[in-house]
Amino acid sequence: MLIIAERINGMFTDVKQAIADKDKKVIQDLAKRQTDTGAAYLDVNVGTAAADQEGTMQWLVESIQETCSTPLCLDSQKPDVIIAGLKVLNAENGGILNSTPLNKKNDDEILDKFIEMATQAGPKVGIIALTMDKNGVPQDTDNRVAIAAEIVSKAMEKGFDTQRLFIDPIVLPVKVPNAQVQPTNILNAMDQIKYLCDPAPHMTVGLSNLSQGTNERSLINRIFLAMAMSHGLDSAIADTLDEDLMNVVATSEMLMNKQIYSDSFLKVYAS
Amino acid sequence: MPVPEIAESFAGSVNLVTLGATKDEGGTRSSTVTVGGAKNVVFGGSAEDAGRAPVVAMDVLDSKPKDWPDALVEPYKDVIDSPADWAKKCVEEFGAEMICIKFEAIHPDKGDKDADHAVKVTGDVLKAVGVPLVLWGCGNDEKDNQVMPKVSGAAKGEKCLIGAVTEDNYKSLTAIALADGHFLITQAPLDINIAKQVNILASDMGFPLERIVTFQSTGALGYGIEYAYSIQERQRLAALAGDKMMAMPSICDVGYEAWRAKEAKLEDAPGWGGAGDRGPMWETATATCLLQAGVDIIRMRHPRAVATVRNFIDQVWKSNS
Repeated sequence: MLIIAERINGMFTDVKQAIADKDKKVIQDLAKRQTDTGAAYLDVNVGTAAADQEGTMQWLVESIQETCSTPLCLDSQKPDVIIAGLKVLNAENGGILNSTPLNKKNDDEILDKFIEMATQAGPKVGIIALTMDKNGVPQDTDNRVAIAAEIVSKAMEKGFDTQRLFIDPIVLPVKVPNAQVQPTNILNAMDQIKYLCDPAPHMTVGLSNLSQGTNERSLINRIFLAMAMSHGLDSAIADTLDEDLMNVVATSEMLMNKQIYSDSFLKVYAS
Repeated sequence: MPVPEIAESFAGSVNLVTLGATKDEGGTRSSTVTVGGAKNVVFGGSAEDAGRAPVVAMDVLDSKPKDWPDALVEPYKDVIDSPADWAKKCVEEFGAEMICIKFEAIHPDKGDKDADHAVKVTGDVLKAVGVPLVLWGCGNDEKDNQVMPKVSGAAKGEKCLIGAVTEDNYKSLTAIALADGHFLITQAPLDINIAKQVNILASDMGFPLERIVTFQSTGALGYGIEYAYSIQERQRLAALAGDKMMAMPSICDVGYEAWRAKEAKLEDAPGWGGAGDRGPMWETATATCLLQAGVDIIRMRHPRAVATVRNFIDQVWKSNS
């Protein structure tokens, strides 16, 4: 299970403040703590406050890379911001471009652009593609799978290794009216997405979105994570600093026989 | 129809371990042995993926064995009273790349000899041969804790492989092996979960994972070899999948286990062929089987079995490299 750590995101107040103050230490400390707690990648999102998004992305990437070699996940809907990050990214360590829909109303070729950017960045750079298109986020299972199929076939058509592709079936806040059917729809979609190619494309979710606005954020996140892992989820953008959540990852992997059991299995997972 | 390419590739690999310290490294060994490094299952990939060829460590007991069958005593009959001469014969006549001193006679039920005896044997063998040594206790926790730290000290700086530590008895030997610069054998009773746990426990004491060799316990042909095989295989697959707590090379004890089998040693069995051939064949079959599961170091006893197994290793690991 590959956890992409979510905390270096301008939506969080401490990161937002650090960006405003150009305070590297806050960012570097988050990078280290998330790496120590089991992050395979560090998500990097400038948020919405920074005026110069491209410059901020570069500053974040450079600040992190000064002290930490954990690969980064450049997170922006805007290709220009990703391109700015790629200019300073150490792509030797690997990386992920996060994220693109299949297409957009004002940009029919956004997925092509992401594939192109990842291809140019080097063989260790992947992309996260959302099961979303110009009509928005599908609410049902079938449309999620149909969009995922189009994404996979586009990757194949472009000669992009599907092992570098992460499909994100889009988790929505469960508290929103009528959204309680969505977790089941997503799990059903995952059951089908994994058969779209062989080996299956990776699947990821922005986990914390699920519990937005609820009083039991960690509990909701970790229970759904365990459910989704049993449906083939092999990656998630999540909070590695949530120890209970990381223990669920370790335990699920052990129960699915992906890690050999030992009495200290929780302790060794993150190390 | 073309033959499909089915070779799998893996992210992880088995640790490389180099045993024995030469003069340059502060020891007195004239040769070293490097094992491990496999990036695939045995026969599973290219020649580069196969890693280093496995090696045979020939057993030398710390005093004259009491229960060995005639067929096994025969090749050593002129040296069996002297561990140093015995080791020398293994190296010079039978080409042993490593010697394993088994401190059998320190066991309370098998002679109860003291640490001075064990230290002397260690010193004598170190002087007699230049190959790296394996130093193996008697299996009685209390006695091993008394004697093996002194054996470790007697071979300080020689980068020996010393053991075996278990889940219930690991602290004293792990600490002393760390201090004396040795490599450590972690033992589990054919139980992959305990195997991982012992490695974690040793690691928690600050012992580097790169200096551990695992011993999963061994079953001979007809006596549980399938359990040993599948555990060795599972360890290799875990190493290849990137499990750092399972990425060590492994050792197994074929000599002792194969010669315990009645098929190997029973004299009065007219339908089974001569006892002189049966034992070496039993030992050979057990060893070649476990080599295919991914064992890196094999403890063996009969020189004919050793020669046959080495030939097998040469053909499988070395002929295509």
